[in-house]
Amino acid sequence: MATGPGQAGYTRAQLAAALLIAAFLAAFLIVPVGMVVYVAFAEAGGGFTLSHFESFFQISLMQESFWNSLYVAGMSVAFATLIAVPLAYFTVRFRLRGALIIQTLGVLPLIMPPFVGAVAMQLIFGRSGSVNLILQDAFGAGLPVMDGLNGVIFVEALHYFPFVLMNLVVALSNLDSAMEESAQNLGASGFRLFRRIVFPLAMPGYVAGASLVFVKVFDDLGTPLVLNVTNMLAPQAYLRITSIGIDDPIGYVISVLMIAFSLFALWASALALRGRDYATLQRGGSSLARRRLEPRQAAAAYAWIVCVLLLVLSPHIGILLLSFAKVWSFSVLPDAFTVQHYLTVLEDSPRMIWNTVLYCGLAAFFDVVFGTAIAYLILRTRLPLRHTLDFLASAALAIPGVVLAIGYLRTFRGLEMPFTGELLTSSWILLVIAYAVRRLPYALRSCMAALQQLHVSLEEAAENLGATRQRAIGRIVVPLMAGGILAGFVTSFMTAAVELSATIMLTASQSAAPMSYGIYLYMQSAAGRGAGAALGVLAVLIVALGTYLSHRFLRGRAADLDRQTQDE
Amino acid sequence: MRLSSLARRLAGAALLGALGCASAFGQALSIVTSFPKDLTAVYKQAFEKRNPGVRVEIQNKGTSAGVAYVREAPANNKPDIFWASAPDAFEVLAKDGLLARYDGGNPAVPAKIGSYPINDPRGYYYGQALAGYGLMWNTRYLKAHKLPEPREWADLVKPVYHGHASISSPSRSGTTHLTVETILQGEGWEKGWSQMLQIAGNCAAITERSFGVPEGVNNGQYGIGLVIDFFGLSAKASGFPVEFHYPSVTAIVPANIGLIANAKSAELGKKFIAFTLSDEGQQLLLDPKISRLPVLPATYARAPAGYPNPYGGTIKAKVNFDSELSEQRYFLVSAIFDHAITFRHKELAAASKAIHDASAKLAGRNPKAQALLKEARELAFTPVVGADKVKDKAFLALFRDTKRDAAKTRQITGLEQYWNSVARKNYERAQELATQAAAMAR
Repeated sequence: MATGPGQAGYTRAQLAAALLIAAFLAAFLIVPVGMVVYVAFAEAGGGFTLSHFESFFQISLMQESFWNSLYVAGMSVAFATLIAVPLAYFTVRFRLRGALIIQTLGVLPLIMPPFVGAVAMQLIFGRSGSVNLILQDAFGAGLPVMDGLNGVIFVEALHYFPFVLMNLVVALSNLDSAMEESAQNLGASGFRLFRRIVFPLAMPGYVAGASLVFVKVFDDLGTPLVLNVTNMLAPQAYLRITSIGIDDPIGYVISVLMIAFSLFALWASALALRGRDYATLQRGGSSLARRRLEPRQAAAAYAWIVCVLLLVLSPHIGILLLSFAKVWSFSVLPDAFTVQHYLTVLEDSPRMIWNTVLYCGLAAFFDVVFGTAIAYLILRTRLPLRHTLDFLASAALAIPGVVLAIGYLRTFRGLEMPFTGELLTSSWILLVIAYAVRRLPYALRSCMAALQQLHVSLEEAAENLGATRQRAIGRIVVPLMAGGILAGFVTSFMTAAVELSATIMLTASQSAAPMSYGIYLYMQSAAGRGAGAALGVLAVLIVALGTYLSHRFLRGRAADLDRQTQDE
Repeated sequence: MRLSSLARRLAGAALLGALGCASAFGQALSIVTSFPKDLTAVYKQAFEKRNPGVRVEIQNKGTSAGVAYVREAPANNKPDIFWASAPDAFEVLAKDGLLARYDGGNPAVPAKIGSYPINDPRGYYYGQALAGYGLMWNTRYLKAHKLPEPREWADLVKPVYHGHASISSPSRSGTTHLTVETILQGEGWEKGWSQMLQIAGNCAAITERSFGVPEGVNNGQYGIGLVIDFFGLSAKASGFPVEFHYPSVTAIVPANIGLIANAKSAELGKKFIAFTLSDEGQQLLLDPKISRLPVLPATYARAPAGYPNPYGGTIKAKVNFDSELSEQRYFLVSAIFDHAITFRHKELAAASKAIHDASAKLAGRNPKAQALLKEARELAFTPVVGADKVKDKAFLALFRDTKRDAAKTRQITGLEQYWNSVARKNYERAQELATQAAAMAR
């Protein structure tokens, strides 16, 4: 058994691991997506045709859906930017009390399924929502923010702006404060300073966040469905496939277009950053760099932040109110309050809560196992084609959930599982796999970052002391990567728990339904609205609790490590 | 705690969970249904209690999605039961040979409601509950907007209701399909579509799901909704400030249950159907959260006061629903509705607003402007497919066949595109004409 890097640069075990991962990705990513693309271009008897695309572009509804999807995704990015940029800029570059709380609250929208937010937003900002009822009373006119495409843009922007916020916060805090100071010395200040110096330097973070928002909005199915908007690409793909059938070619054409646009957005973001040097000399925003605001400016900044946070948290407030409301109809606030809905949910659907924990837990577990393995193979071995693995795993980012689900339904149609004889397409295992494949890119990035920060000499030391390669990985590499792995686990879990696009297409039966689908189901009946909201609140709590516990665990580990080094 | 041990524990827990699920695998009954969780949960619980060891799996699909699902499931792995409102969906399934005959109905259920057979005479499916279609409204909304309570479909074409009503799309909701078909059969093709277009022009939204309508009325987004009765009745029973009324052009139609051909658990399926038709199974329908009309006349004796009783003459159903006719043009009606109404709703609503405004301004004066207005009405409220065309067998067959190759896809999408653009052009022109007419009033 070779202990150091052998002549080939890899061991047999590493090769086996690589092949296993490649096989998994081939079966559950490449083949299904390839199938979707194939059907979109295939003639009934086989053979290549563009006829389906021709049909697609002949239908003006499809053209309209196409432009609407682009418009909504673009406008959502614009509004997300409006919300995120001031929040990030004020909290990172200025001395503001409660900056950390503001940044934390700013991430909250992500842990709620966007379609649940849409239901709550209807009650607050809809035609007869609280805000419009008050406005109608006072001015005799309301704001049509929830009508049609506006509603989708509003809900999506509020839901996905944290992606921009998080990336910008990181980018801004890594900015060289000398740049800002030089600009100030040369006379730039205020908005000019921000526009000419700070924002351009933070561009990589912004573009990364914005392209993610674009891709996510393009892919989202639940929000348009709940808001009764059907003339967009994702709902059209879903409607064609579920009501006309899995053989309808137009559904596949839409899928191919959705993939193309996701790829385009990611490629554009890569292109925007290419050939420019954003490296800065000094790392980390030292406290010196944080500027003070004059009292009047500070007051204005706080006012703005409070307004934005209120807006951002309104879905949460709405859903919380709804979950406790007896009847909430055509009134600013519910008529009376009750805890009955929570009792109903706990008695009725503990299974759904467990399903979410099980599916998302399993998916996140696979993700970090694969993520760690891929990271190790790439950074620590010289396996040929190892970067292909990274590329394949990351490619999942560009595959919309609806498309992946359509691919699964088509590829595994009629396939029975061993022993139970159950159909794979109506089994929850497919749901776990879909979650795992789609969340792998996030987990992979975290694991890569963690391993990059780990110097190879630690493993070499262990191996010099007689540990085998496996033992060195198990005792040294993985424990030291724990932070990154856990971060990857949490991201995978969180995002899988709130996703509906693939869930709604792949969930076969009520008993196998995760919470996100359960909420959607509950919301389909008069008596179920409050119960659905209660389940939504529980989902938010579970995800929030998971995030909090993992932070505690990380901090605990850091303290442990400190103590150990001191003891020795 | 070391991470590797954490990982091991996690993996262990996951494996246990998976095994737990597999071991719970007893006798399973798989039901495809369009009914909400409130209804299915009650039946699931009651049936599982009576039959220990049996597991009822509910698969929620919209009616048309459910039909597609049953059709596409592999022959040796079909679900057991199809349970939904629309009789025409059952006709579609029966025609495709996807339903199995079963002769275990409850003899106490009458053969007909009005002139409509409750059970399929061939025994492919059974009426399990009765449903009428009607109008539901939010009392607070009507009061705030000072709107009168509507009594008939025809009321909804009035200008006062512009922007206050809502309806779902028949391609997405089997119950809406029935409502639209009821109006078409009650008023005739041309007049029915004209009324439908005028109602749709007054709608604030064409919702995606059938439940979108009652939901919107419940929370006050819309004032009035065109819904199946139990949506209105159950919302009222759940405490929402809503009312429900059956207009005279309504049909009482059974919601059905049927055994799927080659079902995996056929015996269990038969048992379930018999249970839903039994005295006990029928009584479950009276649950306030469900609020459906039983097919068993005796059950009404146990219903609360004021519960509508189709056998007792409290509902006047003028239309004798012809499900054969409905089935023949099922996809066609959906396609026309979607391309002329759902997807062109913005233009239709704008045209109808302009027409209302113009007619209010003119108040019957100025004959030249009246002629323009009449032309605008005709443009906006004439169906894109004429009555003679629907009698064409070849034309109907094009939409009935679900197998679509490239050529056929192109033919159908070409037609749909044509309707879509004609509708748009007509609505835009109607709006122009109405605006011209209104300008002449000054």
